[in-house]
Amino acid sequence: MHATFKRSLAAIGLALGAYATLVPAAQAANEQFFPLATYRVGAYASSGIPVWAGMIDYLRYINDVEGGINGVKLVWQECETEWTAEKGIECYERFKNGLNGAPVAIYAPNGAPAAYALADKAEADRIPLITLGYGRTEATDGRVFPYNFPAMLTFYSEASAFINYVAEREGGLDKLKGKKIATVYHDSAYGRETQGPLALLAQKYGFENIQIAVADPGNEQAGQWRQVRQLKPDWVFLRTWGVSTPVAIKTAARFGYPVERIVGDIWASSNEDVLPAGEAGKGYLALTPYPGGADFDIHQRIRQYILDTGKSDLKDPKSFGSVYYNSGLVNAAIAVEAIRTGQKKFGNRPLNGEEGRWGLEHLDLGDARLKEIGFLGLMQPLKLSCSDHEGGGAAKVQQWDGQQWKLITDWVQADRVTLRPLIDAKAAEYAKEKGVSARDCAAQ
Amino acid sequence: MTATVPRLTASFDDAPLTLVRRRWRPGLLLLLLVAFVGLPWLGNDYWLNAILIPFLVLSLAGLGLNLLTGYTGQTSVGAAGFMAVGAFATYGLLLRVPGLPLPLALLGGGVIAGVVGLLFGIPSSRIKGFYLMVTTLASQFFLEWVFAKFPWFYNYASSGTISAPRLELFGHNLATPVGRYLLTLSCVVLLTWVAANLVRSQVGRNWMAIRDMDTAAAVIGIAVERDKRMAFAVSSFYLGIAGALWAFAYLGTASAGSFDINRSFQILFIIIIGGMGSIVGSFIGAAFISLVPILLSHAGQWLFNGNVDAGQLQNLQKVLFGALIIGFLIKEPEGLARLLGDLRERIRVWPLRF
Repeated sequence: MHATFKRSLAAIGLALGAYATLVPAAQAANEQFFPLATYRVGAYASSGIPVWAGMIDYLRYINDVEGGINGVKLVWQECETEWTAEKGIECYERFKNGLNGAPVAIYAPNGAPAAYALADKAEADRIPLITLGYGRTEATDGRVFPYNFPAMLTFYSEASAFINYVAEREGGLDKLKGKKIATVYHDSAYGRETQGPLALLAQKYGFENIQIAVADPGNEQAGQWRQVRQLKPDWVFLRTWGVSTPVAIKTAARFGYPVERIVGDIWASSNEDVLPAGEAGKGYLALTPYPGGADFDIHQRIRQYILDTGKSDLKDPKSFGSVYYNSGLVNAAIAVEAIRTGQKKFGNRPLNGEEGRWGLEHLDLGDARLKEIGFLGLMQPLKLSCSDHEGGGAAKVQQWDGQQWKLITDWVQADRVTLRPLIDAKAAEYAKEKGVSARDCAAQ
Repeated sequence: MTATVPRLTASFDDAPLTLVRRRWRPGLLLLLLVAFVGLPWLGNDYWLNAILIPFLVLSLAGLGLNLLTGYTGQTSVGAAGFMAVGAFATYGLLLRVPGLPLPLALLGGGVIAGVVGLLFGIPSSRIKGFYLMVTTLASQFFLEWVFAKFPWFYNYASSGTISAPRLELFGHNLATPVGRYLLTLSCVVLLTWVAANLVRSQVGRNWMAIRDMDTAAAVIGIAVERDKRMAFAVSSFYLGIAGALWAFAYLGTASAGSFDINRSFQILFIIIIGGMGSIVGSFIGAAFISLVPILLSHAGQWLFNGNVDAGQLQNLQKVLFGALIIGFLIKEPEGLARLLGDLRERIRVWPLRF
């Protein structure tokens, strides 16, 4: 009896506690909420952890050194998504109404499944989503997707930037004719995304487009690389991810395909991808919209104010300046700059989702502004608009020297004009399927 | 010699027991009233979108698998594959048959999933136990592969995902959280009612006879093979509708990856934890699997916000969740439904013990 009574009391206590957590205390404040949908457990945790560190360090830097965005302090809270759609939705619903009165201006779903699941919900709630280097390519068409921003580099642009880099190496676009270019891709939605643009570009420039699929998870690729050796392509575009990247590099070496002719894509471009390949990875090339390296201006500032004062979220200081850490910085910087842009119109106060979207659509980061915020070289000039939610469309090519990444090119620009009709067609198809009508951008 | 023939007392002239106790169940009615009227009125987006809809869909999926595994004894680890069939079939019907109303599309998706289930149920006439489980595993991987490989199923979208078409019923827009919740709830209530009657009917009794001993079932004249295949079909029908609701009422989008082997295991765990061969067990199991992690996450946020490393906190929640599962299964291997049933019996005689 006594024990039962105590147990009941404990249960009531727990229930009350649970209730209290679900009902946040209301308080109005001059604060902007940055929801962080993170994945610190699960298969992709090792990639995620440096990203969150980059984001949190930058937000801390803005708060502690610059006193917030024009005096508006930033607050953030984490929610674990495990890179799944279900948990991603739960986190989004938990955060969309803000935190203690601080509103959400921009939401980063951080994960392709969640990004797809949230696309419609965010539009209904009028909260803009930014997906950096993933997400729906056709959302570039902001007329059909008003609240989705696949900013900087979509998979289409990535494919085009790769072809342009190859052309640069071969001595011009006209030299592409008759060349063999193979894509070794992860057989998933992500891997297949570049098939459309590469087919179009192959037709335009007359190179031979070879597509070789690697089934998930890709820890055995002898068949694929034997095929590569037989076909002897001039270049290989490696669009794998996770464990399949180091396996590809090692298997290529085993079959004698030169690693200097393999160009990895965004999701095969970090230290974590090449380190397991060991010696075989030396000379491997990779495209990236946020190059690795800790010598950019922003890194000096963060090192001085955040890292050296012990405020950093980074557990392993070696990751400072890794590709994923830098992607976190860039992600946070775009959001902060979009809010700053929005504040010019709406005043120096916390913004809501609709105002955040206005800020994103009028974001214009030229070289001068990038230099001011310390991102020159780390981030490409970015100009978004109502009809163009991608902006930049450029990547740098970096080479692994066995220890670290060395940048070997400046920004390689994608041929976005050629690809745009493909994107417009996809967007129009989506609009038709959903029965939505495109916005008129001239009226905005 | 006069022998008196002992006569049965009068009361035994009637049937010794009634098979179906007809009871007035005010509790159930109240629950339905709260679910249909109270919750949409009270609930905010968070409760509807993130808690109630997934809970209901997972309950339905658990119920579907329970018909096959809990009632007929055919272990399946391919539940998510059939959910995928339902989702992609419903999408295809809505896309390619103009003017098809949503309930018919859902029904069609369920029927197509049922037919596919029937097909994959054929091996059950020859093999059983672990061997059958492996064929369901094969069906899981096969179906996942089909929906990733052939672009026709996802209408040639570059990303390989399908997204919810307009959810409409007689001109009403069901795309709001309340609309999607009511759609899900109606499907779940209707199908649960059907399932409850099904398992008490001849078919359900045949299934349970097969589960308990298929040789004995065959001896008393049950068509074992036919009934097993039927269990596969009915279970897949339920799973198909659950898959369609998962894709369109809950996520709003789906790809082959949304219905991977982990989802199959999740549904299997729902019925193991909730209670095999128990309809209410499917609901309790779904509540446990989908709600406890959210509760733990909120509790963790509330208790340790900022004081404990975020990564450690997430892992700690996983550990705690796992420990709870182990604890409950040690306490009651027959699942939470049994645990709660025992509790109810105890409360009924409280403060005495029985």
